[in-house]
Amino acid sequence: MMTMRAPLSDLPVMLQDVRMASGKVTILDSVSLTISPGAPTVLIGPNGSGKTTLLRVLMGLLTPTSGRVTWGGRENAPPERRAIVFQRPVMLRRSAEANVRYALGRDDPARIAELLALVGLSGLERRSARRLSGGEQQRLALARALARDPELLLLDEPAASLDPAATKAIEDTVRAVAARGVKVMMSTHDLGQAKRLAGDVVLLHRGRVIETGAASGFFANPRTDAARKFIAGELLV
Amino acid sequence: MTSGHSALELVLSADPALLAIVELSLLVSLSAVALAAMIGVPFGALIALTRFPGREAIIVILNALMGLPPVVVGLAVYLLLSRSGPLGEFGLLFTPGAMVVAQTILVAPIIAALSRQTIEDLWEEYRDELAAMNVGPTRRVATLIWDARFSLLTALLAGFGRAAAEVGAIIIVGGNIEGFTRTMTTAIALETSKGDLPLAVGLGIVLIAIVIVINALAWGMRRAGERYAG
Repeated sequence: MMTMRAPLSDLPVMLQDVRMASGKVTILDSVSLTISPGAPTVLIGPNGSGKTTLLRVLMGLLTPTSGRVTWGGRENAPPERRAIVFQRPVMLRRSAEANVRYALGRDDPARIAELLALVGLSGLERRSARRLSGGEQQRLALARALARDPELLLLDEPAASLDPAATKAIEDTVRAVAARGVKVMMSTHDLGQAKRLAGDVVLLHRGRVIETGAASGFFANPRTDAARKFIAGELLV
Repeated sequence: MTSGHSALELVLSADPALLAIVELSLLVSLSAVALAAMIGVPFGALIALTRFPGREAIIVILNALMGLPPVVVGLAVYLLLSRSGPLGEFGLLFTPGAMVVAQTILVAPIIAALSRQTIEDLWEEYRDELAAMNVGPTRRVATLIWDARFSLLTALLAGFGRAAAEVGAIIIVGGNIEGFTRTMTTAIALETSKGDLPLAVGLGIVLIAIVIVINALAWGMRRAGERYAG
């Protein structure tokens, strides 16, 4: 008798003692983390702290030099239920709606229109994706990621170099997506944005997790000197 | 046609003999470009997207083959197709078919080398996004070829330019037979040697005009496509 199988879950993502090195340079060092369903987790830390590398490891695009990564208890799980928006997303040489259709893998005009509306790009369906503004391209990349119906959405500095209006549009979309039960993990330089969006915070410095915990506790009572300095706006070197 | 006619009169009067030469030239060169594209684009994509020992050597050889001397290709095809050659039984020598074969050999490396570079550059750009979208190998190749289509059109134009301009290979394997294998370039060479300069110049004007028109059409298609697809 055939039985229906529930789709495999990618959550929780568990990193155990993950180390990532390129030649003699250590990018991630002994990182152990568990990403569980819930409010957005925001990854903060100075430039070069390993945020982008960590997101790529979580996506499965990079294999750690040592350590173990599991998605829903499985190793080497292909990215079927997770999606990523890169800091500088690459637009396919097609129209905005064709970019979403490509990610969706089928022609479903209603779903494409719904996704474009969700990110505020209704009316720009036929526009060449490469001719959109930076903020519009970020939002289109977000629509493309959401087209894959992820349960884990990774965002690498999604509002970097965007103006306040474009940043608000991205943050509104992140909130809407998180409210639908998608686990969001995003990196940011912007502490204000971290405060506005984060349920949990992970502070990375020189490839190590310095502090992690609920955002409210992290910002009100940081446990480490490095976290206190970072929140105070001092330079972590 | 006599040497008394001016080149321009020949062109404007749509001389039947001249039209037949133009028609055959286009048929041979466009057929060769189509065949070379069918071979060169997939081969270029294969080299662009795979890694194997000796790949760099193949890229160097492919790039070098872009400068293949037409007379050498003509000689090789002649030996292959001649009555005592390995493919002599097909009876292709001194036919338009032999000319298509020779030009395909000349053009395929150009299309393959330019396609390889174009697709490899696009792959560098798309790699992370396609990996993140869990795109499999077949769809990946189709995506890269489709998204690189306007740049690949330039590769085809370069191939057409080579085919339309060359004379060395087709004069050897085609034989420059009047009304059968005489093309614009072989006719220009012959008429110049005979001293019939008006016909040679007339054909030269037509040849250059055709190349300009085809390039202009391709340019227009590219601009229109880019406006929509970016």
